[in-house]
Amino acid sequence: MSVQIWTYIIVGITFALYIGIAIWSRAGSTGEFYVAGGGVHPIANGMATAADWMSAASFISMAGIISFAGYDGSVYLLGWTGGYVLLALLLAPYLRKFGKFTVPDFVGDRYYSQTARTVAVFCALFVSFTYVAGQMRGVGVVFSRFLEVPVNYGVVIGMFIVFFYAVMGGMKGITYTQVAQYCILIFAFMVPAIFISILLTDHAIPQLGFGARLADGTYLLDKLDGLHEELGFARYTEGARGMWDMFCITGALMAGTAGLPHVIVRFFTVPRVRDARLSAGYALIFIAILYTTAPAIAVFARTNLIETVSETPYSKLPAWFGKWEKTGLIIFEDKNGDGKVQYVANKDLNELTIDHDIIVLANPEIAKLPIG
Amino acid sequence: MEHLKKYWKRNLLYLFVLLLIWFSISFGCGILFVNELNAIKLGGFKLGFWFAQQGAIYGFIVIIFIYTFLMNRLDKKFDLDEK
Repeated sequence: MSVQIWTYIIVGITFALYIGIAIWSRAGSTGEFYVAGGGVHPIANGMATAADWMSAASFISMAGIISFAGYDGSVYLLGWTGGYVLLALLLAPYLRKFGKFTVPDFVGDRYYSQTARTVAVFCALFVSFTYVAGQMRGVGVVFSRFLEVPVNYGVVIGMFIVFFYAVMGGMKGITYTQVAQYCILIFAFMVPAIFISILLTDHAIPQLGFGARLADGTYLLDKLDGLHEELGFARYTEGARGMWDMFCITGALMAGTAGLPHVIVRFFTVPRVRDARLSAGYALIFIAILYTTAPAIAVFARTNLIETVSETPYSKLPAWFGKWEKTGLIIFEDKNGDGKVQYVANKDLNELTIDHDIIVLANPEIAKLPIG
Repeated sequence: MEHLKKYWKRNLLYLFVLLLIWFSISFGCGILFVNELNAIKLGGFKLGFWFAQQGAIYGFIVIIFIYTFLMNRLDKKFDLDEK
């Protein structure tokens, strides 16, 4: 059977699973619709929160950004997880205790003001629309690739499916599909990371692997720093951003993370305040599995990428290079006409442009894992 | 009332201490003192870099679980826990 047929079968099965869960867990009351009847187990709620977190941005883009930015990419790791701590300590338990479903409800009641409530509603709508716009684009890309239709149709089809789903199952359906989704996503993320880690450093745990020695005895990070210096980039482990720049971006990302409405509402789906606190802890563990693996993937991909392409004759480049070139996400222009790829920091001499978003998807191929 | 005030004071104390730790492992070790810590090596990791990309996140998990433990104990002590 061809890869295409396998893709259809596997995607078909996951869809059947999601829709099955939606029918099985359809909402019967307002409480069930908004907060799953408040009866979700803390561990399940933790997984669902983590799946919410792992939007296209965390799953596909973050490791890629870190791969190109090195230490500078830490702002995303620190910002998004650190903001979660603020959410869990300062917001979630109190909102949960207050017993309202939404933040505008809380603001309106707490400050005895309809005006405050209206302002909060507009803020929530604005935040949600901005957030959904990005996510729907991701949904559209996936559906357009899967059904081989233009991306605009992909967005519309995806929208209808999500709508059908959310209206029927409400928060309960979404919570249990998120649990299933978390398991699938983390599996897809971890398997290549573990194998590449074993291939490079003999460590099965990527978090340890990227601080370990290579077969020739040098530390992987030292080697990558060396490669970066050779090509004129800032050292990978030190980055180029100023300290206060890092400080302020991290702070801003933390504040933003603490206010995500779809994550806050998750804390209403557990039975008691005590469970809300506990489920915040579980959620962070599940999130941390992804967030501590991402920097390891970033280092593996960066090292493999530089070693594969730098100074390699164009005709000898591996097959993945050509495939991604066709999508326009890798661009090579032979400026000095020597037929080899010069990948350097200097913009006038650099001949290679790579879109950050392809790193996670292309990583297994770059590392020569036997896939596809 | 006295009872609840005491509960709230203790709550704030916990938050203050935990957020202090939160600040020092993320902004402190990962950003402000990163250069000083990078002089120390932890296996193949420079320590500052490790905090910024790994250590702080592990610390965050510990913070949330300590908070959960402390607050649940406090709720019980002041008889404010939901049955």
